[in-house]
Amino acid sequence: MNHDAYPDNYIRGILNSVKSIAMVGASPVNVRPSYFAFKYLAQRGYDMIPINPGHVGKELLGKPFVASLRDIGRPVDMIDIFRNSSHIMPVVEEALTLDPLPKVIWMQLGARDDAAAEKAEAAGIKVVMNRCPKIEYGRLSSEISWMGVNSRTLSSKRAPAPTQGMRLSLNRMSVGGGDTAASDRAAKNKSEQS
Amino acid sequence: MSDRLPGFSTLAVHAGAQPDPTTGARATPIYQTTSFVFNDADHAASLFGLQAFGNIYTRIGNPTNAVLEERVAALEGGTAALAVASGHAAQVVVLQQLLQPGDEFIAARKLYGGSINQFTHAFKSFGWNVVWADPDDIASFERAVTPRTKAIFIESIANPAGSITDIEAISSVARKAGVPLIVDNTLASPYLIRPIDHGADIVVHSLTKFLGGHGNSLGGIIVDAGTFDWSTGGKYPMLSEPRPEYHGIRLQETFGNFAFAIACRVLGLRDLGPALSPFNAFMILTGIETLPLRMQKHCDNARAVAEFLAGHPAVASVSYAGLPSDKYNQLARKYAPKGAGAVFTFSLKGGYDAGVNLVSKLQLFSHLANVGDTRSLVIHPASTTHSQLDDAAKVKSGAGPDVVRLSIGIEDKEDLIADLEQALGA
Ligand SMILES: Cc1ncc(COP(=O)(O)O)c(C=O)c1O
Repeated sequence: MNHDAYPDNYIRGILNSVKSIAMVGASPVNVRPSYFAFKYLAQRGYDMIPINPGHVGKELLGKPFVASLRDIGRPVDMIDIFRNSSHIMPVVEEALTLDPLPKVIWMQLGARDDAAAEKAEAAGIKVVMNRCPKIEYGRLSSEISWMGVNSRTLSSKRAPAPTQGMRLSLNRMSVGGGDTAASDRAAKNKSEQS
Repeated sequence: MSDRLPGFSTLAVHAGAQPDPTTGARATPIYQTTSFVFNDADHAASLFGLQAFGNIYTRIGNPTNAVLEERVAALEGGTAALAVASGHAAQVVVLQQLLQPGDEFIAARKLYGGSINQFTHAFKSFGWNVVWADPDDIASFERAVTPRTKAIFIESIANPAGSITDIEAISSVARKAGVPLIVDNTLASPYLIRPIDHGADIVVHSLTKFLGGHGNSLGGIIVDAGTFDWSTGGKYPMLSEPRPEYHGIRLQETFGNFAFAIACRVLGLRDLGPALSPFNAFMILTGIETLPLRMQKHCDNARAVAEFLAGHPAVASVSYAGLPSDKYNQLARKYAPKGAGAVFTFSLKGGYDAGVNLVSKLQLFSHLANVGDTRSLVIHPASTTHSQLDDAAKVKSGAGPDVVRLSIGIEDKEDLIADLEQALGA
């Protein structure tokens, strides 16, 4: 997988197929990006599991915090890592000990570890790096267009009407829209430096 | 569902728009409303807290305006955009995110006269200090950099003389200085030049000109290239530091490569207030659908008129980068191979009086203070758009007393030439 630019179908396929998501580094502080993403994905029907050893015994939006991936005690489809690049490898190594393995490991915006990605992919796990699932969901559903963001999709089809203020279909027939190549290049340069 | 990238003309018609999910309306509806209902208290709180995408109040965002924003972002190759009430509003909102009182920004000396005024007077009163540099002398930008420099501002094709700026050279000065490069792309439009492809971090437009294109609606837009890292060194606290306006959110961390556009919306537009009317957004969107067709015709006509003027005995000189003899022709070939734009100047052997006389005799050209209309326009900058500058600054910005500026429209070029011929002749 080329981790500099993902085809929309790859991201769409992941977000359409996973049901449970364990979020490593989920924060109960309601201005942290992990809280935003956790709440957004929970509202869209994903079975969210907050992982943070510092908050065991408490809940995040009604879901009990779990100390580590091994403590989840049931299969999980996707692991979303809200840690910076230097803390990725140990989480991926722990994920590789799970049985069954997760189908997807997702590293948050700003996080990238190519060696960890390679290990996960060798075990047959799909990897996404330096992306936010909330932003990608908003982009493919075109909800993010309400904020003037380039969704990089075009469609002449009538989409389902929003439900409770949410656009819930990622299956808008779409052709790729305007590119953001300069931004992808900048993100790559930045991650090479760090 | 292919990932094939559509071409520019396809984006000009489609980007950002989709059939209305409720009614099936295919043209973008004009959402002429101030406000939008919330589903419940939690939805309202999520929207205000920037946790959910959606509409609150038209000063912060509007669905018609959002289509315009996404369309221009796509045409420029940016990650996001924010539409505002005018080109000047775009400039205020951009600099408000970047400068604190006492900071500096470097600006090319060749700019629209209104921008020179805005930077010299209004921005000075905010404590934002402009330092001028010469776009024909890249080293003058390097010399102007100080520890307080927060941005560099240039025009891709500069008003009034249509000179072409070496965006890549100035972008490397900006990169070395660790500051974003802002490019005003009004006179080129993304059809001729996409500054982000040449290293711009932020693009601004007066939509009033070629993008709207019909001289009927004011508007401005800010495009975020998504290329600049705002987190380094605490230099850009609006983006990197916890924002008290939003309970401590850090915008870059939360919004990644479109954080600048979000900052412009939630810290700039929300608090300064220059919102674009949804009706204007609709008019401008309609204009953009034909941008590629119009822009090519503007350029082809401009070249024909410039060639005619260059051969006329009453004309002392023509400044049009599309002419092979022009000082900026090399740069035009590199940056704007489809055409060098449609705004340019020429000077008359008869000086100031001949300029005034010409303007009064023209029948088809309209004498007014705008550019980028379907109609051909004429003005004498020294007595109008650039009148607040002193004589030396007028000459430096390409608006000396003998200079006449044209904005060539999309009429038949033979008629434009005939009009100029009769007005120059007698
Ligand atoms: C190059 C350029 N930038 C900015 C502006 C300001 O735009 P507005 O009049 O929409 O505020 C103009 C207007 O003439 C312009 O020509």
